[in-house]
This record gives sequence, structure tokens and C-alpha cells, in this order.
Amino acid sequence: MPRTLYDKIIDAHTVCRLDDGGPRPESERAGEQLLLYVDRTILNEYTSPQAFSGLREAGRPVWNPAAALMVVDHVNPTASHRTLEVADREAAAQIAYFRENARDFGIELFDILDPRQGIEHVVAPEQGLVMPGMVVAAGDSHTTAYGALGALGFGIGTSDIEHYLATQTLVYRRLKTLRIAVNGALAPGVTPKDLVMEVIRRIGADGATGYAVEFAGPAIAAMGVEGRMTVCTMIVEAGARGAVIAADEKVLAYIHGRPRAPKGALWDQAAEAWLALKTDEGALFDREVHLAAEDVAPMVTWGTSPDQAGVITATVPAPEGEAEPGRRAALTRALDYMGLAPGTALDGIAISHAFIGSCTNARIEDLRDAARVLRGRRVAAGVRAIIVPGSTQVRAQAEREGLDRVFTDAGFEWRQSGCSMCLAMNDDVLRPGDRCASSTNRNFEGRQGKGARTHLMSPAMVAAAAVAGHLADVRTFSTQEEVA
Amino acid sequence: MQPFIRVTGPAAPFPQPNVDTDVIMPKQFLKGVDRKGLDRGAFYDLRFGADGQPRPDFILNRPGWQDARFLVVGPNFGCGSSREHAVWGLAQLGIRALIGTSFAGIFNDNCQRNGILTVTLDAAVINDLMARISRPGANGLTVDLPAQTITVDADGHTIPFAVEALRRDALIQGLDGVSATLARHAQAIRAFEASHRQANPWFY
Repeated sequence: MPRTLYDKIIDAHTVCRLDDGGPRPESERAGEQLLLYVDRTILNEYTSPQAFSGLREAGRPVWNPAAALMVVDHVNPTASHRTLEVADREAAAQIAYFRENARDFGIELFDILDPRQGIEHVVAPEQGLVMPGMVVAAGDSHTTAYGALGALGFGIGTSDIEHYLATQTLVYRRLKTLRIAVNGALAPGVTPKDLVMEVIRRIGADGATGYAVEFAGPAIAAMGVEGRMTVCTMIVEAGARGAVIAADEKVLAYIHGRPRAPKGALWDQAAEAWLALKTDEGALFDREVHLAAEDVAPMVTWGTSPDQAGVITATVPAPEGEAEPGRRAALTRALDYMGLAPGTALDGIAISHAFIGSCTNARIEDLRDAARVLRGRRVAAGVRAIIVPGSTQVRAQAEREGLDRVFTDAGFEWRQSGCSMCLAMNDDVLRPGDRCASSTNRNFEGRQGKGARTHLMSPAMVAAAAVAGHLADVRTFSTQEEVA
Repeated sequence: MQPFIRVTGPAAPFPQPNVDTDVIMPKQFLKGVDRKGLDRGAFYDLRFGADGQPRPDFILNRPGWQDARFLVVGPNFGCGSSREHAVWGLAQLGIRALIGTSFAGIFNDNCQRNGILTVTLDAAVINDLMARISRPGANGLTVDLPAQTITVDADGHTIPFAVEALRRDALIQGLDGVSATLARHAQAIRAFEASHRQANPWFY
């Protein structure tokens, strides 16, 4: 029976069935209850403390400390001068307990001053810790990122972090499968972020709830590994509980030579196995969605849910156009929160802030995209513009390429790495009424600060908005490569 | 974990779609290293005004709904961040079950691990239930997990629901998941691990 890539990965990690255990027809495997072996986790300072406290109270060790990595990313400041100690007392206490747990349970920690520190979903692939065929579960919803490397990644809560740490497994329910096939090629100025935002707009904020998504098709094959990470990271905003893309030569090239990647003869064996790991011809998905990449244009959100989005050339919709009463009420509420009237052109909405950062869009290719727009230009008066690189290594790479000077010359603040204003748990918080063009993944009410208004878009679109002083179509900007 | 068997109490309608965990538990309540004080944080920006006083128009501040044990919710409840603080806060507020058309995956698992029952029903049934609990004083429900029924106390209207046996039994027993897995499966995990390492030596 042909199987999907997702089902192959689950089958290869099933310790045992937890329900009646009887064989099921292939078409009814979704819903199976399994004990799932998990290869690796990455822990952060805000969702892990209670899990460690649970282990301490029960006197339990961590099953395999080498299968975990701890990274400070959510609460640390991103000011350009870094210190080991942070001023915020609560953040300092979380980081202190994080260090204590790393030491007492023998888990590797990338602390604030470590040159490998950064956002967990940027750091783990960067270190070569994520490989095709792995299952990675971690206490952050954007763990879906690892699908870009042919691994199955998904987010879990703190109770499940504790279960993982104590047992190396999770109680798991097999998902339904959804293939999103993207044919054709993305047009110039259109990025993977625009593609995933268009997918979410079409299928809705719960369009992939209960599903594992496999992305496929020529537009995905043509995409770089970092672009695939953007797509896999953000598909959780449609409710996907996991995302996968079959590994190809690009993935192998991405992993090869990274610090934790296999080497020598083991690399050759691994590479052969990884390229063979894909959905079988004829495997059935529970659902299929097809898109033509040519139809995708630069996107921005206008509401408070990631599916409340439109092409930059469109206008803010009217609630009357929404037939379903619950959705109509939500739309009215969203426009009220966002301070936008129906019919307003999206291209032209004035901003006070521009933010480039997050696990979704702060890798080196994202920074290069933004720099192409910003080279030789200035941020508009009255706009505060900030770039927070995805990792300390991304920051160093950008500085080697001179991108930091492009950003600072344009008037952007060049920061240290962390989650920062994506969720505003540190000191990077917007004030009520601030309006931000943001390369992040969530435009929820209050996400970037109470009363603050977020418009999601690609890094290049954030750069364009920063320069224009309002949301703007990046396709109308000429871009400049660095003159060598 | 507190077992869930048969619970009676007021229910509150919460019809908005896509209520995310940032709204259920805002960021300023995420900076503890324990689970304390999250009842205060639950729905904070909806429940309290800028002056810190309760907003009289918010459903859980209104007479008859203040002691809600159940929320009847809109689609995709609990979407967004994995923060279990959202579920801890709801539990500390006294919420024992959520009844709706769909729940976000991580949030749903988090509820299960903390003894909060999530019941999924068709939209028509949910809309009917919302109407039945829209009057304070007549909004009492009894949720019977072994019988898998919801009964509207005022008129005896009964709604059957289905929950997977494994989830149901764990909630009824108030099962500690880690203890159960270690007691039942530690040997199987070790055996699996040995063969998995042989099949994927490059992972290690």
C-alpha cells in the first residue's frame, strides 16, 4: 500500500499502539493513538520551567539529555550591547531557572552570550540538529519549521515537554493528511511568505486543523530551503499540526558540513536514505489543495487573524460581504481594533513601525531580500524601523556581507537575536495605536503590545513600507544588488 | 490531575471564532516559573479595563456567568501559541469543559493533560446550545463524561457526544500521563530506541 511521507515518518517512530491496536484499513489510520518516539527537542525559557519542576517534584531524570538543546530566545533583550544579566526581574528569573535546569539535568545550553544563540527554529537547523526523517517536538507552535528539512516538527505544551523529557515519547494521535501542491513559478517580487499567506487566506485559520500538511509541486521544488522554512513555519497559522516537504539535493546541501551533521561514510549512508524518503506514487491524501504560483501576489494582513489578508493592491473588505454571522461579527471587531474602514486601499495605510524578525522571516535570505529594497534608500520620517536577526550567526553572516551597514544607513536599528517583537515578551513592545509592518507570523489582538496593530507581510514588503511610510507594493520599487 | 466524571454548573456563550491563546493568556502573564496566579491573567484584556477594573460588558463578569464551569465556544478556539498557561488559567478560573465545533491541536492536547474536557459538536448543535444558555439563571449544564451526555438543566434537553475511549478514560481517572507511560511502556521504549538507533545511526 503506497504511503505518504508523513505516515512513513510516523510508522518509523511508533513504539506501540495505545488504542485497541487492531489493524485498520489504510484509509482509516488517522485517529490512531500511538506512543510516538521523538528524536529531539529544543527548549526555551518560558514554556519549559514547569516541565522541569514536574521532573524535580517526581525525582525523575531526563531520559536522554543529549536529545535536547536549550536556547534562550523569548525573553532576552535585543539591544545591540549584550549582557549576561537582564534588567527585567521576571525575565531574569526565567533565564536563571533555565540555566539551573540545564546544569542539573545535563542538557546543552546556548546562553545569551553564546555565538550560537538565536531563535530556536533558526538555531536548530543552523547547527545541523534537524535531519530528514526525524521527529522533533518542542514547546513552541512554530516547530512546524522543520518540515522544510524533511523532518516532522510540531509544537507541544508544557505537560508534553515533561512527558517527552521523562520518556522520550509522546502520546500521539495520527493526523489526517493534506497535500498542498503549488504548480508554476512565483513571479518576481513574490516570496515564500506571500505564498503561505495566500494559502492561509484561502483555506482559513482552521483550514488545516487536524491535518499534517505536505507541500509539493514545482514552486516548492524551486524554492530555497530557507523559503521552505518560512512556509512550513507559518502553516501552523492555518492550524496544521505538522508540515513536511520531501528532502532533495537542496536540503542535503543545506545540512552538509554543519556542526552536528553526519560526516564521512555516515553522511553518504544518510544522504541515500534521506533522498529515498518521500511519498509513494499513488499514495492517497485525505485532502488536496492546488495553487498556481503565478496567481500569488505580495500579501498583507488587514485584520487580527492571519487569514484576514489580501493582495497589497486590494482594499479593506466590508463586513456586509461576509454571509456567516459569526465571521461577520469577527470581521467588524477586527476592523474596529485595526482602526480601518471598509474600502480603504491597503497600499497607503500609514505605519509608525517596521519590524523585520521572527522564526518565520529573519534568516540570511530574508535579510538579503530586505537589503535589496533598502540599499540607497531611507526610512520615512516618523517610522521606527527595527531588524532583529534570526540568530547570532545570521547576524554575523549579515555583517560579513555588509548588510548591517545597508540597514543602519537606511535608518533601521540593527539588533541582537531573539523572538523580540514577534510576541513582545521582552522589552520590544509597541504602544496602543502603534501600527507595525511586520515580517512575523501573528497579527492577533495585542500580540505586539496591547492595542497595537500588526500588518503581516514579507521582509521585502516591510522594507518597502518602512521607506514609503505606509504599506506599499514592493514590485514598484527597483531593487539593487550590491555592486562588487 | 482532577478527575472529570459528572460536572454541573453554569455555561457561558463565547461565540467569537479564532479565539487565540494570546487573548486567553496575554504575554505579561507568561513570565513565571510556576503555574501561580494565572486565574487573574485569563482573558485579561477582555475582562479588565485599562484601570484594572472588571469590564461590566464581558460575559464572565456578568451576573449569572461569573461562576461559569463551561464555555460554549466558536470555531478554532485556542489557536496560535502553544502556551499551556492559557489552559492553566482557564482551569484556575474554574472552567471544566469547553464545548465547540473545533479546537486548535496543541490547545486541545493541553486541555486533555490538565483535566479540561473538550467536546466537539456540529455547528447547528452548538448554535442551539448557545441559544439555550443565553439567559442567566437558565444556563446550567450537566456534563456526564461516562455517559457522554450534556444535559441542559432548565429543560432536560440532552445532547450526546463522543470522546475517544483513551481520552475519556484518562480524564475520568485523572491519570498522570508520565507515570502511566513509564509504568506500562518503559521496556518497549528502550527496545524501540535500540532498533531505531541502528536504523538511523546518523541521528546520534
